[in-house]
Amino acid sequence: MTCRSGDWVRIHSVILTPDQRASAIPQETRAVPLEMRVKGWLVTAAAAIGDTVEIRTTLGRCYHGTLEAMNPPYGHDFATAIPELLRAGEELRAMLTEAGEETA
Amino acid sequence: MKPVDYQSVMDRRNETMLSALGLDYAPFMRHPVTFDYEALMAQVTYSLDTVREIQARVGVGNTPLIELRQINRLVRMLAPKGKGARIFVKDEAANPSGSYKARRAALSMHHAKDAGFKGAVAATSGNYGAAVASQAAMRGLDCIVVQEVFDSLGIGQPEILEKGRACEIYGAEVLQLSVGPELFYQFLRVLEETGYFNASLYTPYAIAGVEPLGVEIVEQMQAVTGAAPDVVICTHAGGGNLTGTARGLQKAGASGCKVVAASVDLSGLHMASDTDFNRKHFTTGHTGFGIPFASWPDRTDVPRNAARALRYMDRYLLVKQGEVFYVTEALARLEGLERGPAGNVALAAAIAQAQEMEEDQTIVVQETEYAGAGKQPSAQLSFARERGIQIWRGDPEDEIPGAAVVIPDHPSRIKLRDVDLNRVRKSLIRKAAGLMPEGNAPGEDDINFLVAETRSNPAFVDDCLRQASAG
Repeated sequence: MTCRSGDWVRIHSVILTPDQRASAIPQETRAVPLEMRVKGWLVTAAAAIGDTVEIRTTLGRCYHGTLEAMNPPYGHDFATAIPELLRAGEELRAMLTEAGEETA
Repeated sequence: MKPVDYQSVMDRRNETMLSALGLDYAPFMRHPVTFDYEALMAQVTYSLDTVREIQARVGVGNTPLIELRQINRLVRMLAPKGKGARIFVKDEAANPSGSYKARRAALSMHHAKDAGFKGAVAATSGNYGAAVASQAAMRGLDCIVVQEVFDSLGIGQPEILEKGRACEIYGAEVLQLSVGPELFYQFLRVLEETGYFNASLYTPYAIAGVEPLGVEIVEQMQAVTGAAPDVVICTHAGGGNLTGTARGLQKAGASGCKVVAASVDLSGLHMASDTDFNRKHFTTGHTGFGIPFASWPDRTDVPRNAARALRYMDRYLLVKQGEVFYVTEALARLEGLERGPAGNVALAAAIAQAQEMEEDQTIVVQETEYAGAGKQPSAQLSFARERGIQIWRGDPEDEIPGAAVVIPDHPSRIKLRDVDLNRVRKSLIRKAAGLMPEGNAPGEDDINFLVAETRSNPAFVDDCLRQASAG
């Protein structure tokens, strides 16, 4: 996919490589780089995913990094209902109904 | 040009933070431990009424207080005869950005604008980012949020993704980072580059902004029941929520009101672990923040933290993740209120505590937050299930953070679990003892400071100091 200047994109960069990371963090965290993702308008004229590009954020600040995605989805949603909770809700409602007016 | 490697930036941290706050912390830094906390809070020169006016102008505060009548019926069915305090909730989701954090952001951004800053930077994965972005938007200020979002696989849990989206919708530039405390390094770099305001959660402004919440609770409860509440329960993480609310309660004259903290028990999970990151189903209001911030508040992005929760805590309760999901369902099903997770931590604790209180007593759960995609139990638990976390109905005592979530099989399973506050107090005093200037025995001022810090007494502080020097 080719992205063009003016497309809303996300870039990726490495802030700290594993050897630059703080010493007082868990080993599994120190084994991987500290990464950053930022979204903005592509400044580079044309680029493919994986190219090094420049973007301008919504505040007009410039960042350089690897082009990762064009207008990526947020990716979160409501997912699916949790049957364990649905049943819990029904039980609670039933408990109050059975107790009736005496505790109202 | 200044070097921007990790060590150089961290070495300049104090200078960077100070110039980005518009506040003079020097008087509070003369001694490594002891300082005048009330004088720090007095850096906010607005009266309480002025704070309320500033907030009212931007639609912050004056949120509804709602009695949870169905849940209260349930509590009385579970409680021994004559027991079962009435629970009320402060519907903070009604604030502009959907949480009480708008209160903290409103006063901070008012100050930032007043002090001539063109924008603000906030380091947060939570609702505070959206609150700062929203308040910045209202004032035409720039906002940059530095957020811990992803693990090393580039995966973020739904609640955090939603919080990032909310920041973007209010016009913030969002820097989304992978796991690790060096987020602070990136935050400092942005402060250096921009010269923007450090919209820390822990300035006196961010705490004074919460005080009206405590005042409103007293006013609204007096209107409904004729008295201030007996207990206010605050979801506790960094301590600002509890500190600000408790100060507000005191300012409103509710000196008899007990202030209770509640956190989700995530013991066993490391907050800076890349692999644990997506195995916790709460992004805040948990013990990963709650315990360290109660036992040592000065671990933040300001030289002195104005959020000092242990000064105000009467009790500290832990709840299980499964219990909070369960009461979130109960709140929707029984009260018709779909709300996000934060306040429901305190609600779970309230349901347990109400059963040991008298029928004529009252509890206020002092916040709700908005529920959007990603924030519901459906999103969080589906994400958990995809990662192999076991979910079943039963006794929440069997829950294992990071491995299993146990949804109560009966409301009577929601239990009180007290944190031993004396252990937390001892830990704070031990740490303070280690920081005292060498060769100087703690003087009367130091003792008095530690008494206030730990809500204890001189004999207790003396005893802890003696143990610290012996050990």
